[in-house]
Amino acid sequence: MLELAIKGGKKYWILIGGLLAVMGIAFVFWLWQLSFGLGITGMSRDVSWGFYIAQFTFLVGVAAGGVMVVLPYYLHDYKAFGRITILGEFLAIAAVIMCLMFIIADLGQPMRALNVIFYPTPGSVLFWDMIVLNVYLLLNIIVGWNVIEAERNNIKYPGWIKALAIFSIIWAPLIHTVTAFLYCGLPGRGFWLTAILAPRFLASAFAAGPALLILLCLIIRRVTKFDPGREQIQSLAKIVTYAIIINVFFFLCEIFVVFYSRIPSHMDHIKYLFFGLHGHGALVPWMWTAMAFMVTSIILLVNPVTRKNEAVLAFACVILFIGTWIDKGMGMISGGFVPNPLHHVVEYAPTIPEIIITLGVWATGFFILTILFKIAITVKEEVSGV
Amino acid sequence: MENSRRSFLKLAGISALGLGTKPVLNAFASSGEKHGPEIFPNQEALTAKRWAMVIDTRKFESEEDLEPIIAACHKIHNVPKLKEKRHKIDWLWTDDFKHVFTYQEHEFVNDRVKHLPFLVLCNHCEKPACVRACPTKATFQRDDGIVLMDFHRCIGCRFCMAACPYGSRSFNFRDPRPFISEEDKNFPTRMKGVVEKCNFCAERLAVGKMPACVEASNGAIVVGDLHDPESEIRELLKNNYTIRRKPSLGAGPAIYYIV
Ligand code: SF4
Ligand code: SF4
Repeated sequence: MLELAIKGGKKYWILIGGLLAVMGIAFVFWLWQLSFGLGITGMSRDVSWGFYIAQFTFLVGVAAGGVMVVLPYYLHDYKAFGRITILGEFLAIAAVIMCLMFIIADLGQPMRALNVIFYPTPGSVLFWDMIVLNVYLLLNIIVGWNVIEAERNNIKYPGWIKALAIFSIIWAPLIHTVTAFLYCGLPGRGFWLTAILAPRFLASAFAAGPALLILLCLIIRRVTKFDPGREQIQSLAKIVTYAIIINVFFFLCEIFVVFYSRIPSHMDHIKYLFFGLHGHGALVPWMWTAMAFMVTSIILLVNPVTRKNEAVLAFACVILFIGTWIDKGMGMISGGFVPNPLHHVVEYAPTIPEIIITLGVWATGFFILTILFKIAITVKEEVSGV
Repeated sequence: MENSRRSFLKLAGISALGLGTKPVLNAFASSGEKHGPEIFPNQEALTAKRWAMVIDTRKFESEEDLEPIIAACHKIHNVPKLKEKRHKIDWLWTDDFKHVFTYQEHEFVNDRVKHLPFLVLCNHCEKPACVRACPTKATFQRDDGIVLMDFHRCIGCRFCMAACPYGSRSFNFRDPRPFISEEDKNFPTRMKGVVEKCNFCAERLAVGKMPACVEASNGAIVVGDLHDPESEIRELLKNNYTIRRKPSLGAGPAIYYIV
């Protein structure tokens, strides 16, 4: 089936070429990082995780969010999603691969990564995170590949695939929960030390993941002969709406607890992010933008008139995606490190090489996504005979 | 380079020997006799059930009193001096009361305490969050409470740095070796990409020497066995009021401060 990926038009090859170019440049920078060390990034002793881990966290969400199209089909027999479950599964594959790449990019000694397996340490959340992510990747590869192959041969996928698909539905929330546990079980970091962190992660994941899927569906309809379907897109939009509302609600719960209890070690991080602390406030405009984007997207999504207009829907999804990305991909990680355990405010900003490597990983993800979607859509075009 | 290659060869040789002799040892074992390699502890080694440290801050007046102590530690442990602030590595350093004892200071804290620099180092916690977080056991706790690092196993994920509530850990953001002014051959240098921190001078205790900071402190720093009621450290704890950093976290820091 892979051969379908090498039969494409000019635009397809331009896209592939462009992504490969970004990947190539980023690879060179990664080699530089390998030889110099992580010192080429903006990270420090005080903010010891930065852009890479933030992208990782956000993308685990995107990967888990893919389940929102798989779940209604397999668990509620919502037939309409049958057309697009494959898109959710393939998106999950690309997203998890990006996650794993960001972890590798963040390691000081990537050549030793397998030590996590050689010296298994069940007490460490990172050990479990490695397991849940890899299992989720495998599940989606098996399910996605079999489903699309069955579709191509005009047969129904075998029964055990359905069993695996249901298993992957249970697994999806797990990957993001375990990822949240990386942070929320750490004693000295007031910003993360909250039981709402995992639910918050899940809510923003189930908003951002399907929002990206909606955008991808709209693009697919434009550039290919396959139409994911208006009903499908509208159903996804409703899922996105509920999820983003719950996400903002959870955030407000956190705000209440923190600012009513007035415990400084919890307050100071949020103060830093939204108002600045001791004269440092690099993230303040970003955080307010994120909030404004999320609230605006809620207004546009809740109202059926605007939601049903696909141009407005697309706009709402774009700002929602950017909003949740800033919230998680920028604020969530450095916010936890500022102020540091000794209550010094040391700010963090990614460096140019760090951003280029990050873009390279994103490009790799989109490269994989493009190829997988190309295969899926070609099969769908073939089958429907258009 | 030369050095590390030689020690690698040595290690390889020893492991080959180990592999070769294993069946023989097994044969002995199965015949009912225990002939495994026996390890004898160094008779001179200083040991304890639970190591701890008391820092008598009353004996310090200014940064100058503390500098030689820090220098002693950093020198024998090959701690590099990096110019870039982001890449800084510290095992033992100083900070103000309000930063060391976060959220414990108040507006009217007395002048001496307010302006006195306090020594900060790894607390060798009783329940260390760093050990819990480490996915490879590169950070581990010995039975005597000392929390150590295996620089050769560390993958540089820095989970331990996020976990440590005291900011005690540093990461080698670049090759530290060019920034060591005078290398001490008795202690390994580190490579880029691994985490490091104070090791309670485990290598000195093992040969019967007190930690370097203790020796350089003119009696202001004392280490000893918390479980030994006769020890000097217990005497100090009995007769003086001491505080620890962030006690509410329940980590059980082993560094006590007399203020
Ligand atoms: S102070 Fe930090 S590094 Fe030292 S043992 Fe405690 S948690 Fe670990
Ligand atoms: S950086 Fe090294 S010591 Fe720290 S948690 Fe990772 S593997 Fe363990």
